[in-house]
Amino acid sequence: MADNEFEPNIVGFLCNWCTYTAADLAGTTRMQYPTNLRPIRTMCSGSVDPVYVIRALLSGADGVLVGGCHPGDCHYVSGNYKARRRITILKTILNTLGLEDERVWLRWISAAEGRKFADTVSKFTEELRKQGPNPVKKYWST
Amino acid sequence: MGRNAILEVEDGNLLNTLNMLWRKLFEKKVIDALLIPQELPSGINVVQTLVGSPESLESPNPLAPVLPVNSARIVSQMTKVAPSPRRVGVVLRPCELRALIELVKLKQASLENLVLIGIDCFGTYSIKEYSKLAQEGSPPTEDFLKGVKEGREDSSLREACQTCEYPTPMNADLIIGLMGMDFEKSILLQASTPEGERILEALELKDSNETEVAKREEAISQLIAQRTKKRDELLEQTEREVFGLENLLKLFAPCINCRNCKTVCPLCYCKECFFDSPTFEMEAEKYLGWAEKRGTIKMPTDTLLFHLTRMNHMAISCVGCGMCQEACPNDIPVSNIFRLVGLRVQRIFDYVPGRSLEEELPLATFKEDELQEVG
Repeated sequence: MADNEFEPNIVGFLCNWCTYTAADLAGTTRMQYPTNLRPIRTMCSGSVDPVYVIRALLSGADGVLVGGCHPGDCHYVSGNYKARRRITILKTILNTLGLEDERVWLRWISAAEGRKFADTVSKFTEELRKQGPNPVKKYWST
Repeated sequence: MGRNAILEVEDGNLLNTLNMLWRKLFEKKVIDALLIPQELPSGINVVQTLVGSPESLESPNPLAPVLPVNSARIVSQMTKVAPSPRRVGVVLRPCELRALIELVKLKQASLENLVLIGIDCFGTYSIKEYSKLAQEGSPPTEDFLKGVKEGREDSSLREACQTCEYPTPMNADLIIGLMGMDFEKSILLQASTPEGERILEALELKDSNETEVAKREEAISQLIAQRTKKRDELLEQTEREVFGLENLLKLFAPCINCRNCKTVCPLCYCKECFFDSPTFEMEAEKYLGWAEKRGTIKMPTDTLLFHLTRMNHMAISCVGCGMCQEACPNDIPVSNIFRLVGLRVQRIFDYVPGRSLEEELPLATFKEDELQEVG
C-alpha cells in the first residue's frame, strides 16, 4: 500500500457517561467523520489500565484515543483525574523509550459534544495519516 | 536531626561490637525478636533470619556486602495479615527501608510494633560474586570494609549499588552510621524518631560530638555526589541502548518470560499477576488468527507487553534495588531500564519512593489543575 493510501486504525477507549455518549450523539445527528476509530466502551477513563493501551499499540493499532468526561464532571468524581496521571506516566515511558507517545491521545469530550467528538476523530486520523503506520507492524518479535 | 551517640568498637572488631548491641537490645527489652542477616554455616552466603532470643544470635552480619533478597518483601510477609503485639527489630539497608515504606503506603505491610534499624550501605555484590570471594579465602566483609576505609572504588559491586544515590537510611528509628567513621574505633548511632531516642537512652551511650556528625555528613555527601555522577552516566548509556523500538526489542530479545524480575521485585505485590491470569489463556483459534493476520507471532506472546506494563505499574515506586536485574537469567538490564523510566515519571510528581510516609502515592491522588498538556 502506498503511503498516501494509508488508513490508520484507531482504538478508542470511551467512557460510558461522556465520550461514548458523544459518539452516539455524533451518529444520531448524522455528523460526518472518518470511520477509522474502533470504539470500546469503558465505564470510566480511570478504568483504562495502561496495559490495554499498550496491548492495542503492540498489536498494531496506529493510535489510541482515551476519552473521558471533562475534569470536574467525572461520573465517579475523580476517575478522569486519575486517568490523566496514568496516561501521563504511560506517555512519559513511551517517550523515554522512543516509542512515539503521540500515538496516544487523552481527550475530554462531554455527552453534549458530538461535534467535538467528530472533530477529534477527524483530527487524530489526519495526524496519524501524516505520521504513517505504527512501526510495530514491521516486527513479529514483540 | 535527632540525637547522635557514639558506639565504641571493642578490640577493633565491628561485627562483635554490633553483635553485643543486638544482644543489649534484647536485654533492655527494646525488642522481643530481631530480623537480621546472618552468615550461613557454609560461609558462602548471608540470609535474613528471624531470631527469637539473644542466645540464638550465632553469626549476625548485616555488614556483609551481599543482598540476596530485598527484605521489604519479608517484612511485608510478616506483618501484612496481622502485625505481632511483640516488638520486632528489623535491620535493613536503605533500599529495603525505602521499599518497605512504599509497601506500607500500598497497604502491603505494617510498621506497627516494628523497630526500624537502618544501616549505612556501601553497596553489595551479587550472590555469585560474594560466594566466590568467600570461597577464595579471607572473609569478604573484612576485605570489603578495608577497601571502603581506603576509599577504594569497587567495580565488582552490583551496578545498582554503584549508582545508588540513597546510601543512608531514611525513616529508620535508629541508624547505624558507618560513613566517615573509623570502624575500628567507633561508629555513630543516630536516633531519628522518638522511638530511636528511647532506644539510645536505654542503651546508655554517650553523645557524640559535633565533629563526628559532621564527618559522617561530609562522607555521605561525597559518596552521593560520586554515585549520582555514575548513575547519570549509566542512565545515559542505558537510554542510548534502549531508545527506539528496534533497540528495545534487541534488549529484551534474551527474555524467556520466566518472570523472575516480577517475582523478586519488592514492590510487585499483586497476589495474582494480571499476566498469570486467565485473561491470557486463549483458544488456539485466537493465536492462529493473529498468526494469519501478521504472518508470524512470537511464542510465547506478550514479552514486551509484560515489561512495558510492569514499568507502568511499578516504575513510580521503583527504589532501584536492582533485584530484578540480579534475578534475570539472561542479564537483561531490567533494573537500569526501570531506573531510567522510574526517574522520569517520579520527577513529574516530585516523588521519591520511600522518602516519606506522608507523601501520597502519585497514582492514588491527583491535583485538579495539573498536566493540562496531556488532557
